[in-house]
Formats: sequence, structure tokens, C-alpha cells
Amino acid sequence: MSDRKFRPSDRQRGTSRPVSTLIVGLLVALVGGACAGAGGGGGSAGATTITLAAVDNPSMADLKKLVGDFQSSHSNIQVNIVTLPEDQLRQQVTQDVAANSGRYDLFTIGTYEVPLWAKKGWIENLSPYIAKDSSYAPDDLIPGIKGALSYNGNLYAVPFYGESSMLMYRKDMLSAAGVTMPDHPTWDQVAAAAKAVNTSSVSGICLRGLPGWGEQLAPLDTVVNTFGGRWFDQNWNAQLNTPQWHDAVTFYVNLLKNAGEPGAGNAGFTECLNAYNSGKVAMWYDATVAASFFTGDAAKNSGYAFAPTKVKDWSGWLWAWSLGMPSSSKKKDAAWTFADWATSKDYAKLVGTKLGWSRVSPGTRTSTYSIPEYQQAAGAFAQVTLDSISHADVTHPTVDPVPYIGVQYVDIDEFQQLGDQVSQEFAKVIAGGQTVDQALAKAQTLATAVGKVYQH
Amino acid sequence: MSSVAGSGGARIQSAASLARRDAWLRRLPLLPAFVYVIVVTQIPFALTIWYSFHSWNLLKPGSFRFSGLDNYARLLTDESIRTAVFNTVLLTISVIAISVVLGLAVASLLNSEVFGKGLMRTLMIAPFLIMPTAGALIWKDTLLNPLFGLLPNLLTPFGLGRVDWVNRYPMATVVAVEVWRWTPFMMLIILAGLQSQNPEVLEAARVDGANAFQAFRRITLPLVRPFIELGALLGSLFVVQTFDSIFMLTYGGPGEDTTNIPFLLYLVAFQGFNIGQASAIGVVAVVLTTIIATVALRTLFSIFQVEARR
Repeated sequence: MSDRKFRPSDRQRGTSRPVSTLIVGLLVALVGGACAGAGGGGGSAGATTITLAAVDNPSMADLKKLVGDFQSSHSNIQVNIVTLPEDQLRQQVTQDVAANSGRYDLFTIGTYEVPLWAKKGWIENLSPYIAKDSSYAPDDLIPGIKGALSYNGNLYAVPFYGESSMLMYRKDMLSAAGVTMPDHPTWDQVAAAAKAVNTSSVSGICLRGLPGWGEQLAPLDTVVNTFGGRWFDQNWNAQLNTPQWHDAVTFYVNLLKNAGEPGAGNAGFTECLNAYNSGKVAMWYDATVAASFFTGDAAKNSGYAFAPTKVKDWSGWLWAWSLGMPSSSKKKDAAWTFADWATSKDYAKLVGTKLGWSRVSPGTRTSTYSIPEYQQAAGAFAQVTLDSISHADVTHPTVDPVPYIGVQYVDIDEFQQLGDQVSQEFAKVIAGGQTVDQALAKAQTLATAVGKVYQH
Repeated sequence: MSSVAGSGGARIQSAASLARRDAWLRRLPLLPAFVYVIVVTQIPFALTIWYSFHSWNLLKPGSFRFSGLDNYARLLTDESIRTAVFNTVLLTISVIAISVVLGLAVASLLNSEVFGKGLMRTLMIAPFLIMPTAGALIWKDTLLNPLFGLLPNLLTPFGLGRVDWVNRYPMATVVAVEVWRWTPFMMLIILAGLQSQNPEVLEAARVDGANAFQAFRRITLPLVRPFIELGALLGSLFVVQTFDSIFMLTYGGPGEDTTNIPFLLYLVAFQGFNIGQASAIGVVAVVLTTIIATVALRTLFSIFQVEARR
């Protein structure tokens, strides 16, 4: 090796001992320091600290603001809220429960996870806890939501926020084009209206095109459902090569091409919200919660209609962010005390009086919708939200019967990946990179592989 | 390493053992670093290899079982993996080729006497210092967004106003963003090579009647060639691992048009939670990068040898 010649040929003996002593000393200091650090993580005496992994959305941000109210009435419980974006939350929490690590005592999970994880025993049955609190009133929870969060008749998570989907439109733009929107529009009416109001500066409608099972596939799935399509038949045979899927996807893509927002392939909830708020689109089909973020003209001039339909009525989706408790938690009672408080009837009132009534998280309790202040603040879309959620049925999402549950998703482990892959293929169609038939052929292959898992 | 003890030649035994002790004392300071490197790199790697021989899906409790070479066999048959390898190669080659050419051009410019050289150099380096995620977001939303982006606005007079660049030309967009990021890196390395050139040589060439192009082609280029090689190899080490900009710009799509190996690994590990399969992809990716890294390090050493010879 050439480095040999760079070595000092003769080293003075005297220096070696102090250097080695120094290194041993450093090592001892390092090890000692690490031990001291390990002893320091105890926390304040007497109080139980629970950790909640929460999805990063406005309702959770409000919960974070109000957590002091909880702690002042429950001095023995400290709540540590970790907020994460949706996909990271899902990864972190999945790893946590799958590895049984007990890092979290509560987490926000959706209607997709609850039945799956309840079946695996990853999350705690909350019905016994609910039974202990006479004031909790589980029957006050909106039935559709309650059903979606139950497994074998027991609640495994309590809803913090619920949503369905609806059509939002600018009344001023539609009337200028001479279009009236019925309360229960069909997709054909919506497409005609979108074309009528579409101009070079204002697009007719915003629909999500951003790949992802929770993005583009959510509205598209509701279109497929109402067109009569389904992911699997009763024997788990993939059904993506059926005419219903072909018609639904073709309809969605053509609507985007003819009257949709530019850059549809990158448009998700946030992008559509920005486009709608800045008056660049006249209509928008998305989550019911969207209306609470409207500003300016969008807030003043918006009308709300139920999810558009074709064959099947009530095609809105159903989703609820809810608090679940991992079986690995070692502080279950404290965790329930907090979950109870955060999803109680009184929490809605607390948010209303402290932060404003428009900030109350929608879609969880029927009683919230009878509070006069909330009715006034939520205005026109409150009733549409409540009715849409009440009519969404996760067990009967399609025209033909299906072996799975879930409206805008299929409640199986494999769906996250399957949905993402399939939505990528549709994104390629939207971008003009392939035809609907090519995309559906690939999607059918992917879905068939998944279906095989459940066939024996 | 035993050469230290051997250099003594015909000394007596005790001297040899003393030398060995001496050698160990010399290695001792390196030991903590060595242990640290093993703990944080080799143990996880060994675990990854171990997992890669198992079928294990995090979402299926009790699915952990030995599956031999199944995961590797699937690497050969799975179409999405072939696509990912193709995309990785395409991305790496085009990014490196374009950024080397641009880097060389900018470096030559900055090596000559131009006004405001210092400011220009600082501005040129800036893309490399911006966080990849932030940079990709700025490209996607501020520059390329078809509704309110800068580029579509500038191109409106030419009838290209509402072109959705990211989705219509996904690979070209990712390449453009990565070239933007890596050109400064290439520029810096090539500039270092150019500045080590003796100006008298060029002057002599001019006296001998060589024009600027000939001097560049025959004298400058051979001199900076090892620097270009080094830049290209170090660059490809990083570009092979491109993740941030793909995640932010295209999320691997549309379809699988921009899914490279790291992004596919992410999808398999964190969308499918298929730890066994993801480990196998990881192992193959490490082997591929190690090959590039070995070549890169050789080039690096050869440059140092040239430097040392001077």
C-alpha cells in the first residue's frame, strides 16, 4: 500500500501512554454520560403521560390548543400530542402496532384501519370503557360512522371527525351560464353543467387526479360505485375489466379533459381548495369538510348538493378520523379518559365557545347538529353533511353485492398498495400517457393477484 | 498492516512484540469510530440480508417465515422492478451527462476573467445548498404549476400556457430538477481542476498557434478529465439514490414512469409493508451502488496520486 511511506518512520515512545489514557478516559466519560442520560427520562412524579399520534389536520390542531383544559381538570394525566401528515402517521402507527412496541397510547385512525386492526387484535375494544361512562351516550354518534368504527357489534374507536362527499358549486357562476343545480344531481347533469360554465379562465369542475388511494381514488371510487362497478365479486374475482368500470373511468377522465382543472394529475384536496377559493373552478366534488375552509366569494356564493349519482342513490363516501387505543398501551385507563373527553358531547361545546362554532369538528354526533350556534355557523352545508354521512353505508357501497366493506376503499390490508398502484395507472390516463383500457387491464391484473389471497 | 512489525527485519523477538503493541496503540484511537461504523451500518445491513430471505408482511401477524431465494426470484420476474431499474439507469445517465456538460461550461466561464465572478459563483452554487425537498416543491408549485406557475405564465405567448409539465413529461421534469441540483456540484469539482492548470501552458499553446478550442480540447480537457470522472461517479452515487424530488414532484408516477429503485423500495416497504421483499430490493440496490462507489474511490485515489507525484 502506498500509504506506508507517509507514516512517521520513528515515533517517540513517550507520547503513547498519555494518548491512550486520554482515549480510555474519553470512552469512560462517554459511557458514563450515556448511563446518566438513560436515568433522566422518568417524567414528573405522580402524573401519567399518554402519547397521542394525531393526523395533521385543523381539528387536531384545535385539540392541541384545548388540551390544557383537559389537563387542568385531570391533573394526574399529561397528554403529549405528536402530529404527523397522513401518510407518515399511517406508516408510524402501522409499524408501532405491528411490532407491538407500545410507543403510543392513542392514535387517530380512519374507518379503513378500524375493522382490519380490530380483527387482528391490534386495537382495544372500547365498548367496556364506554359502558363505564353513563354520560358518553354512544347512541348519539351518527349511525353510519358508528357502524364503520365497529367490529362484531363493538366500538373499537371513537369518532373525532367525520365526513362524506358532496358537490360544491359557485351559484353566481352557474346562474350566469343559465344552469340550475338540483339537490340530488346526476353525473350527467354535473357534466353538462361543467361544460356550460367552462371558459378559458374558469374551469367547469375540480376533481382529484393526484395518485393515491386516499386522493384520486376516493372520488373516483364513488363514481365507479354509482355507475354499477365494484372491485371484487362475491368470490373475490377482480371486476375491473367490466363495462361499468370502463364507463366510470372514461366518464371521469373525459370530464377532467373537457371541463376539469389544468394540471389535474397533481390536484388533490388542497390544490382543488385553492383553485375553488380563488375562483378558478366553478364546481368541486370532494369532502364535506371542504366547505368549512371557504373564504371570500367562495364562502358567500356557494351552493351545496349531494354526491352526484347514476345508478345507485346516495353515492357519497364515508370517512372518520377517530381515536383508537393500541392493545400494546400500558396506560389504557388514562388513555380512555382522554379519548372520552375529546369525543364527548361537551367537547363540541368547548370548541364552539373557546375557538368559534365554525371550528367544531363535523360529522360525529347528531346532537352537535341541534346546537343553534353550530347550525348558524355551519350554515347551508351542515344538513347536507349530516344527511350524506347518515346515508353512506360501508357494508353496501355498490349496486351489486360485494364481499368487502368500505365505500371509497376496499377494507383489506393489500388495498393501500393496490389502490396506489391503480390510481397511478389512472393518473397516466389523465396525463394522456395511455388509454382507459390499457390502465384497466393493468389494474385488473393487480387486483386479480390481490383477490387470490382471499379465495382460499 | 503487519508491515510495521516486519520493517524491523532482523530484530529480536521482544522488539517485535513491542512493535505489535505499538501498532495496536496506534489503532486504538480509531477503534470507537470503527465500532460506531459497524453498529450503525453493518448490523442493519446484516439484518436486511437476513430479512431478504424471509417472507414477512408487517400487516399479517404470523407471516414471518423462511422463504429462501423467493424474494430475489421475484426481482427477476416482477415487471415493476424491471421498470424501476430502467428508470434508475435512465435518470442517472441523463442527469450526470447533462450536468457534467453544463458544469464544465459554467466552470470554464467562471475560470476566465469575467465581471462579478465571486457573486456569480455563489449564485451558481445555491441550488446545491437548497434542501432537495424544498427545491422540488418550488419547482412543482412555483415554477411548473399550470394554473399559477412562473414557466406556464412566461410561455403563454407561445401557446404553451396550460401545459402540465410534471404529468405530461414526468421523467424530463425529474431530470431537469436533478440537473439543476447537480450542475453546481459538477461545476465546483471541475472548477477545482481548471484552477490547478498552469496558465503558462495555455500561453505557450497560444504562442504555438493553437486557437482557443484547440487549447481547450488538447490541453485543458485531458487535465480536467479525472475531475470530470470523479464528479460523474460521485454524482451518480447520489443520483442513483434520488428520492426526495421524485416523492415531491411525481410520487413515482404517472403510472410507474418515474419510479426508480429507491422509490419502489419505499412503496414496497411503507405502502405494502412487505419487509422481506423490500429488503431484497435494498440488498440489490446496495450491491449496485457499491460497484459504482468502488470505481469512484479508485478514481479519487488516482487523482490524489497524480497530486502527490507533483
